[in-house]
This record gives sequence, structure tokens and C-alpha cells, in this order.
Amino acid sequence: MRFRLRMPSLKVTVGLALLAVFTFVAVFGSALAPYDPSKRGKDLLQGPSGKHWFGTTHLGQDIFSQILVGTRSVMFVGFAAGILATVIAVLVGVTAGYLTGFAGESLSTVSNVFIVIPALPLIVIVTNVVPNSGDVAIAAVIGCTGWAWGARLLRAQTLSLRQRDFVQAARANGESTWRIVAFEILPNLTAIIASSFIGTVMFAVLTEIALAFVGVSGISEWNWGEVLFWAQGQQALSLGAWWWFVPAGLCIALLGTALSLINFGIDEIVNPRLRSSGRAVVKAADGRKVRMQIGFTPVLSQNQNENQNSNDGGGR
Amino acid sequence: MSDTAPPPGAVVLEAEGLTKHFPVRARGRAALTRTPRVVHAVDDVTLALHRGRVTALVGESGSGKSTVARLLAQLYPRTDGDIRLAGQSTAVKGGRAFKAYAKRVQMIFQDPFASLNPVHTVRYHLTRALKIHGKKADEQGLRELLGRVQLTPAELYLDKYPHELSGGQRQRVSIARALAADPEALLADEPVSMLDVSIRLGVLNLLRDLKERLDLAILYITHDIASARYFADETLVMYAGRMVEGGDSETVTQNPAHPYTRLLVDSAPNPERLSAVGDEDEDDLGEPPSLIEPPSGCRFHPRCPHAMAICEAQVPVRIELTDAPGHWAACWLFAEKTDDEKTDVETADADAAQAETPDAETPDTETTDAEKEQEVVS
Amino acid sequence: MKYFARRLGFYIFTLWAAVTINFFIPRLIPGNPVDALIAQRKGQIDDKAVESLNVLFGLDKHQSLLSQYFHYLGQLAHGDLGISFNNFPEPVTTVLGSALPWTLGLIGVTTILSFLIGTALGVVAGWRRGTWLDGLLPATSFLSSIPYFWLGLISVAWFTGPDSFLPSSGGYDPGLIPGPQLGFIGNALRHSLLPAATIIVSSVGGWLLAMRNMMVTVTAEDYITVAHAKGLSGGRVMTRYAARNALLPSVSGFGMALGLVVGGTFLVEYVFSYPGVGLQLLNAISSHDYPLIQGVFLVVTVAVLVANLLADLAYMALDPRTRKEG
Repeated sequence: MRFRLRMPSLKVTVGLALLAVFTFVAVFGSALAPYDPSKRGKDLLQGPSGKHWFGTTHLGQDIFSQILVGTRSVMFVGFAAGILATVIAVLVGVTAGYLTGFAGESLSTVSNVFIVIPALPLIVIVTNVVPNSGDVAIAAVIGCTGWAWGARLLRAQTLSLRQRDFVQAARANGESTWRIVAFEILPNLTAIIASSFIGTVMFAVLTEIALAFVGVSGISEWNWGEVLFWAQGQQALSLGAWWWFVPAGLCIALLGTALSLINFGIDEIVNPRLRSSGRAVVKAADGRKVRMQIGFTPVLSQNQNENQNSNDGGGR
Repeated sequence: MSDTAPPPGAVVLEAEGLTKHFPVRARGRAALTRTPRVVHAVDDVTLALHRGRVTALVGESGSGKSTVARLLAQLYPRTDGDIRLAGQSTAVKGGRAFKAYAKRVQMIFQDPFASLNPVHTVRYHLTRALKIHGKKADEQGLRELLGRVQLTPAELYLDKYPHELSGGQRQRVSIARALAADPEALLADEPVSMLDVSIRLGVLNLLRDLKERLDLAILYITHDIASARYFADETLVMYAGRMVEGGDSETVTQNPAHPYTRLLVDSAPNPERLSAVGDEDEDDLGEPPSLIEPPSGCRFHPRCPHAMAICEAQVPVRIELTDAPGHWAACWLFAEKTDDEKTDVETADADAAQAETPDAETPDTETTDAEKEQEVVS
Repeated sequence: MKYFARRLGFYIFTLWAAVTINFFIPRLIPGNPVDALIAQRKGQIDDKAVESLNVLFGLDKHQSLLSQYFHYLGQLAHGDLGISFNNFPEPVTTVLGSALPWTLGLIGVTTILSFLIGTALGVVAGWRRGTWLDGLLPATSFLSSIPYFWLGLISVAWFTGPDSFLPSSGGYDPGLIPGPQLGFIGNALRHSLLPAATIIVSSVGGWLLAMRNMMVTVTAEDYITVAHAKGLSGGRVMTRYAARNALLPSVSGFGMALGLVVGGTFLVEYVFSYPGVGLQLLNAISSHDYPLIQGVFLVVTVAVLVANLLADLAYMALDPRTRKEG
């Protein structure tokens, strides 16, 4: 499949750049960190300084190092859960869309059940109950509960694709069912799968951080949510130690923004109407400003005044 | 063309009493009480495709002609009737049996853009078509296949995507894809309806050429009876799921017997008939009927200027006509009667002038609902 | 009506699924929590309480799984959700009963408000494309990527202090007796301002984006052009024609999005120590109060299902196609 390369818009470039930064930190974080994040130091609860860029905790630990090292856990769980959830979503959603009758309906019902049941309480309960969960187990739990949105989306798309002539033509040609699903239908779904993947990664990141914040045990040593957990526990707010919890939150927000900017880009490829379409207010030849409406182009007459005087309605 | 039509070759594919009813989902209490409703899309269709012959199936939208094509391609199961491939009765659903069937019966679709997968190149489409049926899919084979549909030089087309081709080129690629299997029968569902008028002739000529060189049996489905006269050896007319007339193309188009066929022929633009506008009292009052509850007896009787009592009561049978061999019409006008009912075409014509305009049938509920929908949404 | 009946059937099925999940989860717990509780309380638990807990956790090994299941369903039908470990000997229903109104109020008001605000802004943003409103999009996506609870932390740091108008925690001042008096209600409202604002600011972005995208698609449709051509004013076309149709996916997605809103709200409650169901759940996590955890899960699921049902009713009212028979 040939990809048409087009200059990505500003939004998408910014998003990709941010994501690249985070990935880099995730891989090299421990090497880059100036201090061991768990090591206690002498400067207790200090604000940002030359020595500690993000300040220190109540035990003298360097917050900057904690954030750097914690990036790996966040990115790993986020992407691992995202991949797992997307794989399940594709399997369930496309099958539910392609199969008719009871099989398709029941798969669809299963995914609807998972959508409606509130995710966070369920995840909290399961991770709490399953003993000794590490990063991998957390990613597995999040992946196994967060696939439902994507499955529903893929099912709807598959249902509509199934009716299209080229699928019927492939059948009439004698193509086998699994080949039709894999090579005719799936390639048309790539944009949606990518978009759903990114959405799921965002969900997984937020959920993992929430879990760490709340104190669900077992997540790896350092993690942005863990930083916030300690900040909350040590009453950082009332102590005025804003530097303890601001960086973690900002990182989450930046990562989320990067992902949704990339999502915008994918949306715009799929639905060209969504692109920010240049200027909406343009100047007509006689200097008036006209607002362009979506859906039709107004015809601008050069001689507006003259026509108002004349009486003929027809002609033009 | 049909004056010197070659004698019909062997029967490749035939249908007998083919019927297809689509179930309609019953809502609410109706699901429990009423008998399930069905759309009578195709009822009792009998036709035969011969080697080296084009059979046209003419009808308006909703007449069931596309359904017939899909039934013959066995894309979905039939409700009743028989399909015979080279004399053998066949009913395949999928798997190897279906592939073997598809090797001998292929289909071309109406919309050239929609029938090609937008993410695959021409090369992919044709390679798959060849490989499925165990043929070699090398450069040589692809080039030869494209050559058959007059898309040369092949290099120009092989690596293009569907949106980079014109409508006529896409349709030729679809034809090439169907030919890859070396079929005996080709089912063409309105192959030129969505092409520019200027290109249609080229594609039809290509099909005729292929028919002669490869000795194919072609089913040509169309709503344009004029093109049937040009292209097909035999013409069959369908209305509301049933067949109403059949015979060789020249006779059916020049001497239409069934009132519906006459309506079709009259409505084709004809510069020689300028006086026809507004003259006759024979204004057609209608649209095709609802197929969920079709009219009893002859389905055309609500619109027919010659409707009689029997037309509402009994479904007409095929009646052989005397003007040309093989010409038949399913119309009670041509039945043998003991009383003074006229039987041949000319006198029926004379009656037309004196016949009273038929009752306007209340438009079916389906359209009213659709109109209501439009109103609410807007 | 068939549409409604089908949705109702689906919700009942989902409820059954949630109940069954609830049944199986404690069986994953290693060890025997009931024995641990008895030991903790030094044996001062009456037999009926032990019995109900055994049924809840399926520790009655003499029974087969299937009869345990039916026993459990029977217990639920009587409204018995077990005894809370933390708040012993209060039953879970009592604990939840006092916490539920707070959560319902908070979620109810904030969800409706952010839906209305987000959708209204989305309508305008989608209608007036190409203007400065388009630049709002990355900003709103930034805002909606901020976790609810972090925003809560920040707002506590910025807006509260020892003497500020906005209190930093709690649902009402300690010392006040809950009741329908004006003083109490005023106080409760004051305490709810920050949590509510946090949730609204975070969730508006999502509604805005969804609505904008739908508006863009709908305004390109032909019937909008017809409406313009008929001479109707821009505002009228925007609301009566475009927005009304673009609203449909948002309404049908409303119920589904509720599951996510619930999660975020729980975290906000935790940050603000707002006395709702979420706070109970998250506190119960660290102390391993299993009956409470399960009870919360069930109650929350029921509430979300009911909300979904209401959203479906609203959808039926808006979309005439669901009312067509035959």
C-alpha cells in the first residue's frame, strides 16, 4: 500500500515532536537522571534550584529524577495497554461487524456491556484484588477493560463496509472470508484503528496514573502518579510545595495533548472537511467582507447597487 | 444485428422458477401476531443463458433485476426455484464449492468506483483474481489480461489506484477481473449505467467482442431497453419481481406486446415521434408497487390501461405469441377466450383508445412514510 | 417503543453481568478475609453477619458454585450488600446511603452543565469554521488531557487558603448538621463549587470537540443548503436544523461517556475529601474493605445504567426514526 505523503499540518508536527521527546526520555530516563530518585538527600522540601530543577521532596529526593525515571513506566503501560486493547478491539469489532446473526449480535452486546460499566471502579477493584501486580499485570488489566469503545467503532465501520460493492465483488470472485476481512476490509480501517489506538493510550496513561495516585500497590518504583501520591500524602498543598505536584501534572497534560494533536491529524486525513479551512471571512472585489458558509459558495455580484435599482427579476 | 443472429449455443446457466423473498423485521406486537412480512423481490423467474449469446434483462428500479443477477451468482441463497449450471442443479453457500462455481460464473457490478477496493492497485486486484483460480499471476499473465479489455500498454495501468482511473477504465478493470477466472457465463449488472454516455458504446462493444471471441454467455441487465436492442440477442422484461415478456430483441423492442413493455419502449426518447407529447390519453399513473404487499394477480394491473377483471384475480401465465418464434408475454390480453374478448395485439391496440383510465392506486405506505421523514428532518 | 424495550433489555443484561463480575471477583482474593475480620474484631460478630459475609465471599465451601451464586443473588435481592469492614458493624447499604446523594448531586449537575456548555460552544465552533474559534481546539484538548484530580490539586493550591471563600475539603463545614436548612444548603453549595468547577473545566473539551466535528459534517448536507435557500436566518438554521441533527450522536454517546465521567469524579472526590461514594471506594481500597468495594461497584453501575436509560428516552424524543413503527 502506497502512502500519500503530504506535509503534515502544524498541529500534527508539534504532537509528533512532543511524543518523540517523551519516548526518548522513557528509554534513556534512568541514564539521564542526575540523581537516584529514591535516594534521600540533605535538602528537604526545597523549591526548584540549579541543583534540583524541580525541587525536592520531604525526604530530599530529587523530583526531576523521579519524573524522568517515572516516564518509562507511564509510557510502557500506556502503549502496552493500548496495543492489547486495540488488538482485542479489532478482533471483536471487525468480527462482530462482518458476521451476521446471533454471533455478531452477541459480540456487539459484550462490547456494549464493557462500555457501560464504569471503567475506573472496575479496574480499581480488579487490580486491588489480584495480588502482586507489576507493570505488566496493570497493563493487562487496563487493556482487557478498555477495548470496548474501539470495538464498537470498528463494528459500525465494518457493517457499512460490508455492504460496499468491492466486498461483494471480492466474494463473487471467489475470495475466502478470512482473506476478505484481512485484506479487503482491514486496510480500509487503518485510520480508525490508529485513532482508536491513540485514544486508548491516553486512557491507559490516565488510568495508570490515577491508580498510582490512589495507592493501588504494585506499580513499579517510580511513576508520575507515585510522585503525586507522595505529594498528596505529605500534604504538599498545605505546605505550599507546589513544585512537588505541578511537574507531574504538566507532563501528563503535555503527553495527552501530544496524543490528541496526532489524533487530529488522523481525523483530518479521514475526513478532509475537518481541516481548518483557511480564512472564512474574505474580501469581495468591491471591498465588502463576506462570510463563507460551509456547503455552498455565494455568488458575488460586482454591481450590487445597480441591480437594486432595476426591476427585472429574470435574466441572470 | 439480430437479423443474422447465430443459432443459440449450448445452455450454460439457467434458472427455473427462481424466487427470492427478503424477510422484513416485524416491530412490536406485530412480531407476535402477524405472519412474517416479506419483500417479494423476485418471483418465478425462468431464463436460460446460452454460449455466445447476450440475454438482456430489462426493468426499472425495484423490478428485481439486480437481485436476479446476485441470485445467479449465488451471493445469497434463493428462497425457491432451481439454478442449473450446464444441466446440473447447484446450490452453493461458500468454501470450495462456491469457488468452483465462481470459476465458471462471474459478475460485473454497476458502480465502477465502488466495485474496486480503493486501497489496492489494479495489479493487486488482477493478481488475486488470477491466483484464486489457480492461474499464474506473473507479468505476462497480467499483461495478457489487460490486453483482453484493451487497456494497453499494461504498465500504464498496473500500478494505478482506482481513483486514478477514469470510469470507463475502471469498468474495464472490473471486466478483466471477472475474465481472469475464464468463466463460461458473465453476469453484467448494469455495466454501463454509471458511465458517461459517450463511453458506453466502447464498453458494450468490448463485451460483444469478448462474447464472440471467448464464446461467453452474457446476462446484460439494464433499464435502457434501447441498448438491449443494440447489444442483446434476446430480451426479457421484468416488472415488480416477475417476468412479463420475452423474445428476441428486435421483436420485443419493435413489436412490444405486454402493456408494460410498450410503456418502456414509448418512454425511450425517440426523435421520430415528436407528435407523441401530450396527444394520447394514455397517461401513466404510477410507480412500481410495494413489493411487501404486491397487487394480487398481475402486478401491473393497477397501472394497466387494458386491465380486466381476470388480471386482478389470477397471475398471468406465459402465452406464446404468433408474430415471431420464441416471443411470449405474460398477459391475459393474449389468452384464448370463448367469449368475445379479443386475442391479438392489433385489436388490443384499438381498445386502448376507448379504455377508461384505471383507478389511481393509492400510493403505497412506504413512500408516505419516507415523505414524512423528510419533513421532520428538514 | 421497540427501541426502548430493546435498550431496557440490554441494561438488565448488563446489570446481570455486573452482578456476576461482582460475584467472581472476591473469589480471586487469596486467603480468607472473613476469618481475618473475625480475628480483628476478636470474635465479636454475630452469626448472621458471618453468614451473610460468607455468602458474599463464597467461602461456604460446602456448596457448589451454582448454589452459591443463587444464594448471592437472593441476598442482593433483599438489599443486603454485606457489612462494611471499616465501618463495622454498619452495613454497606447505610454507608453508601449517606454518601450517594453527594455523588449524585455532584456528577448530575456537572455532567449536565458541561454537556450543555460544551455542546453549545461546539455548535458555534462548528458553525463558524475558519475563525479564531478553531484555534481554541488545541487549547481545549490540552485542558481535557489534564487529569481531573490534578486540576483539583492545583485549584486547591491556588484558590483556597485558611481564610478563603472556597473551602479546601469536605462537603460541608464540620459541626454543621446535614438537613434541608438554608444555612446548610448554602454551605454545601460553597463546598461543592471547586470540585464542580474542576470537573466541568476538564470535561467540556470532550463535548466541544465531538459537537464541532458533527456540526462540520452536518452543515455540508443538502438540507442545510435548502434551509438557507428558503431564506431562513443563519441563527435559525444553525439551531433548528443543523444543531438538532448534530446533537444526536452526542446524546447517544452521553450514556456511554458517563462511565468515564464517573471515574474522574471519584478522583476529584478523593482530592477534595468530598463525602461521596468515590471517596468511600478509594478509602476502602487501602484498607481492603471488600464488601464496601463491591457494594460501591454495584451501586455505581446501577446508577450509570439508569442514567443511560434516561439518555435513551431523550434520544427517542429527539430522533423520530426510533418512533417509526413497521
